[in-house]
Amino acid sequence: MSLLTTDTVWVLYDGIAPPSDRRVHVSADNANADASPERRRAAWMAAAQAGDRVAYERVLADSLALIRNVARHHRVPVDALDDVVQETLLTVHRVRHTYDPARSYDAWLAAIAGRRAIDMLRGHGRRQRRETHDEFAFEQLAGHEDASAVSERAQEASRLHAAIAGLPPGQREAVEQLGLKERSLAEAASETGRNTGALKVNLHRALKALRGRLHGDS
Amino acid sequence: MSSEPRHQALIDTLGAELTPVRRLPPPWLRAFGWLLVVAAIAAALLMHYGTAPMLRRWAGAPDLAWAAAGAVLTTACAAWAAFALGVPGRSRAWAWLPLPGALLWIGASGLGCLRTWLAPGTSVASLHQSTDCLVFIISFSIPLSALMILLLRRACPLRPIRTAILVGLASAAASASLLEICHAYDAAATDLLTHALAVAIVIAANAAMGGRLLSRR
Repeated sequence: MSLLTTDTVWVLYDGIAPPSDRRVHVSADNANADASPERRRAAWMAAAQAGDRVAYERVLADSLALIRNVARHHRVPVDALDDVVQETLLTVHRVRHTYDPARSYDAWLAAIAGRRAIDMLRGHGRRQRRETHDEFAFEQLAGHEDASAVSERAQEASRLHAAIAGLPPGQREAVEQLGLKERSLAEAASETGRNTGALKVNLHRALKALRGRLHGDS
Repeated sequence: MSSEPRHQALIDTLGAELTPVRRLPPPWLRAFGWLLVVAAIAAALLMHYGTAPMLRRWAGAPDLAWAAAGAVLTTACAAWAAFALGVPGRSRAWAWLPLPGALLWIGASGLGCLRTWLAPGTSVASLHQSTDCLVFIISFSIPLSALMILLLRRACPLRPIRTAILVGLASAAASASLLEICHAYDAAATDLLTHALAVAIVIAANAAMGGRLLSRR
C-alpha cells in the first residue's frame, strides 16, 4: 500500500502528482500511538464525523503545521499565514462531511488549505491594486496638495487682504510695515514717522481685530 | 507563537459546534443517482416514441449508433468526473475522464457526415428543423444541469469552473443522447454544427453561472 507522508503531501498537492486517489486504510485502532501521524489524523477525523469532539479538536490542532506548510508552498506572506490557517479551519468545519476515511486526510486538508491560500493571495493582490500603502502614501503624497486645498488657501489669503484693508489707517500701516514687509520696529518708525511704542500698540490692536474678523472671536 | 491562542480559540469554538455529519456518498454513487434521472427520462421518451425507429436507424447506419454510444459514455464519464472533482483532494486528472467518450461521439458524428446514403427513416434536416435539435438539447440540459449543481453544492468543489464545465458537458451529452431516441434527421454538416453549438452554449452557460453557484467561501 502506498501512503503519502505528512512531509510530502503538500509538495505533491494540486496535481503536481495525483495526491489522494489512493486508498489509506484507517480504523479506530489506527489512532493509537503506533500509528503514523497521517493515519492518526485520518482516524481522528473519522471519529469527528461521528461527533467525537476530543478527536475533532486533536485533528484540528494537529493540522495547523500542515496548513502553514501548504500556505508557505503557495508563497503566502508570513503575516497572512495565520489568516489562511483560520479560513482553512472554518472551511474544514463546514465541509467535514466530504472527507472519506478510506482516503488520505492530509491530501484532503492540503487541497482545502491550498484553495484558501490562493483565495488569500488573490484578495491580497486586489487590495494592493486598489489601495496605496501608508508609507508610499506619505512619501509620494505628503506636501502635495489637491485642487481643493489650493483653492481654499487662495480664499484665505483674499479674506486676510480684505480684513487688513478694512483696518483703521494707523493699524493697517503697522501690519504692512511690521508684518507683511517684515521691517524692524526702528525701520518702521523712521519710515512712518511714528514712535516705536505707537507702532507696537497699533500692531497689537490690528492683530486682535484681524483675529476677530477671521475667526469670529472678539 | 503568539497566533496559537487565536487558533486554539477557534478550534474550541468549532469543537463546541461539532455535530455528527452524514458522510458524502462516493462520487460514482452520486453520479449513478443523477444518471438514474436521465435514464428515467430516456424510459419515458422510449415509451412515447418506441425503440423500433431508433434501432432501424442504427442498423442502417452504424455510425449513428457509435455516436450515440459516445454521447452516453461522455454523459456517464463527465458526471462521474464532476462528482469526483467536487471532493477536496481528488486529482484534477479526473477532468480528462470524458475525453475518450467525447472523441468517439465527435468522431462518429463527423464520419456520419461523409456517408453517401441516408439512414432509414431519416432526412437531412433543414436549418429550421435543426433548430429544433438546438432547442431540445438546451431545454433538457437546463434541468439536468440544475439538478447536478444542486447535488454538487452539498460537496465542496474547489475548482468550481472546471467542475461546472463538466456539469455542462454531462448535461449536454445526456440531452444529445436523449435526442437520439427521437432524432429523425440523418448526420449532416448543419445538424452536426447545430448539436455542437447547443453543447457549446450549455457548457459556456454552466461555466459562467454554475462556476459562481458552485464556489462557496
